[in-house]
Amino acid sequence: MENILEWIHANQQIIYIVILMIFVGIEVIGRVPSVLHTPLMSGANAIHGVVIIGAIIVMGKAEANNYLALILGFLAVILGTLNVVGGFVVTDRMLEMFKGKKTVQKK
Amino acid sequence: MELNILTLIYLIASVTFIIGLKMLSNPAAARKGNLVAAGGMTLAIIGTIFLYKDDAGERLHNYGWIFAGLAIGGIIGTLAAKKVKMTAMPEMVSLFNGMGGACAALISLVEFNHIAHQLSVNNSSEYIRQIQPTVLIIALGLIIGSVSFAGSMIAWGKLNGRIKDFSFPGQNILNLVFLAIALGAAVYLVIDPTQSYLLYVILLISLVYGVLFVMPIGGADMPVVISLLNSFTGVAAACGGFLYDNKVMLTGGILVGAAGTLLTMLMCKAMNRSLKNVLIGSFGGNKTQVAGDAGPQGHFKEISLTDAAMVMSYANKVIIVPGYGLAVAQAQHSCHELEKILNDKGVEVIYAIHPVAGRMPGHMNVLLAEADVAYEKLQEMEQANDEFKTADVVLILGANDVVNPAAKTDPASPIYGMPILEVEQAKTVIVNKRSMKPGYAGIENDLFFQPKTSMLFGDAKKVLQDLCAEVKNV
Repeated sequence: MENILEWIHANQQIIYIVILMIFVGIEVIGRVPSVLHTPLMSGANAIHGVVIIGAIIVMGKAEANNYLALILGFLAVILGTLNVVGGFVVTDRMLEMFKGKKTVQKK
Repeated sequence: MELNILTLIYLIASVTFIIGLKMLSNPAAARKGNLVAAGGMTLAIIGTIFLYKDDAGERLHNYGWIFAGLAIGGIIGTLAAKKVKMTAMPEMVSLFNGMGGACAALISLVEFNHIAHQLSVNNSSEYIRQIQPTVLIIALGLIIGSVSFAGSMIAWGKLNGRIKDFSFPGQNILNLVFLAIALGAAVYLVIDPTQSYLLYVILLISLVYGVLFVMPIGGADMPVVISLLNSFTGVAAACGGFLYDNKVMLTGGILVGAAGTLLTMLMCKAMNRSLKNVLIGSFGGNKTQVAGDAGPQGHFKEISLTDAAMVMSYANKVIIVPGYGLAVAQAQHSCHELEKILNDKGVEVIYAIHPVAGRMPGHMNVLLAEADVAYEKLQEMEQANDEFKTADVVLILGANDVVNPAAKTDPASPIYGMPILEVEQAKTVIVNKRSMKPGYAGIENDLFFQPKTSMLFGDAKKVLQDLCAEVKNV
């Protein structure tokens, strides 16, 4: 019991962040119209590509003779970049069509 | 100084993620929101590369590898995202999601190897106690990342038709057993981190679990599953945030984890089903059985192209109900063509969009927007249901379950309670399908056997092109 309390105390910052972010995440998209479900999912998909930062750190810290770390880290950077770049570009393409609709409307 | 700047950059990036998500849930601002989040991400990546220092104050090295990786991923990602057809978008999202999951899993593998190396030098119980929380985070990141990767790959394969639904009796129990083994191995690894082989056991079992988890879920439910896996990957990214005490990974990951979970539930709600119902696959998984029970019933009548063109040309109001058949046939342009020709003849044409028509919510809107269909012609379900009463002709293009009256009338039907488009209120209903085969939910549709309904068989694009020609001749 004491251990747990101590752990909470030591990591309170992170615990606060987690709890607040859960509420923010729910609050922020609470009123999304169903039309936007797919682009929103795709956008969120791109945002969790932030995992790329972990991959960059892994890659950047790998020692030059540790081939396993180098190869796995390199793969991780490629995959993470795919997630980020692909995710944002796909989302943009989807949303571009929504915009196209409006320009047509104006004409 | 540099680290302070990096902290500021991470702070800005976290805020852009929140604002980006907020803007993404508003139609007018959505595109800008995506760019805002992308800008924050770019900033965070560049900042990490040039400013990051670890606890010992050491900078990153291997810049060649990092930039090569970024370049390869960036080029492939852009090309793939630009080339993909609008109909294949859901698959693409699933694929990218899997990449993120795999990335998180790889990070866990490398970090554990690092720890295992340290342990081979120093395995005092003091040190072990110190690293136990880290091992727990690594194990969790590995499990969630691998499940998300394997699941997304299966979802991708299912959506593009390469993988068929597959289930066997007791699969749910077996899945739970696999999950229990993976979690058990993780707990054991935390207790005794020197048993490094356990990490590979976890990896393997998690991959198998990911495959089995998605395998029995029907294709129509894939968007829900992808959304769920999306939030999994968010949590996996947050694990990375714990690992490096990196706030931007933590906020980004948790944000997506929470928003993704809510989005998953919203999608389920649009189909009036619970998440549990989707995951256990009450109709997705057992679809052959349900279809077999019902069997074709009654008689349906066919209508010729000429007759269909005639009915539509002399109607006052035509409502088009698009579905997955339209997407598969890539018939959105022909559909817009028909709309224009009918308009020229003084016929009012509107589209009725069911929230889950197609394979993803919003699928039809995106598709029709691609063909330049005006925004105000697309009506959402509630509006459309008021319009059907005054419509002369409803033209259903490859939609099935979303117009199935059984959802209202038959409590035994698996889709009972799902809100549907009440097309049977119109004077005439013309259904374009490729065959009499049931839709994705695998159930018969009474609508097709009603007296006011006539069937127009064929590929949606071909039929629409022929219809255009016929209508012109009327």
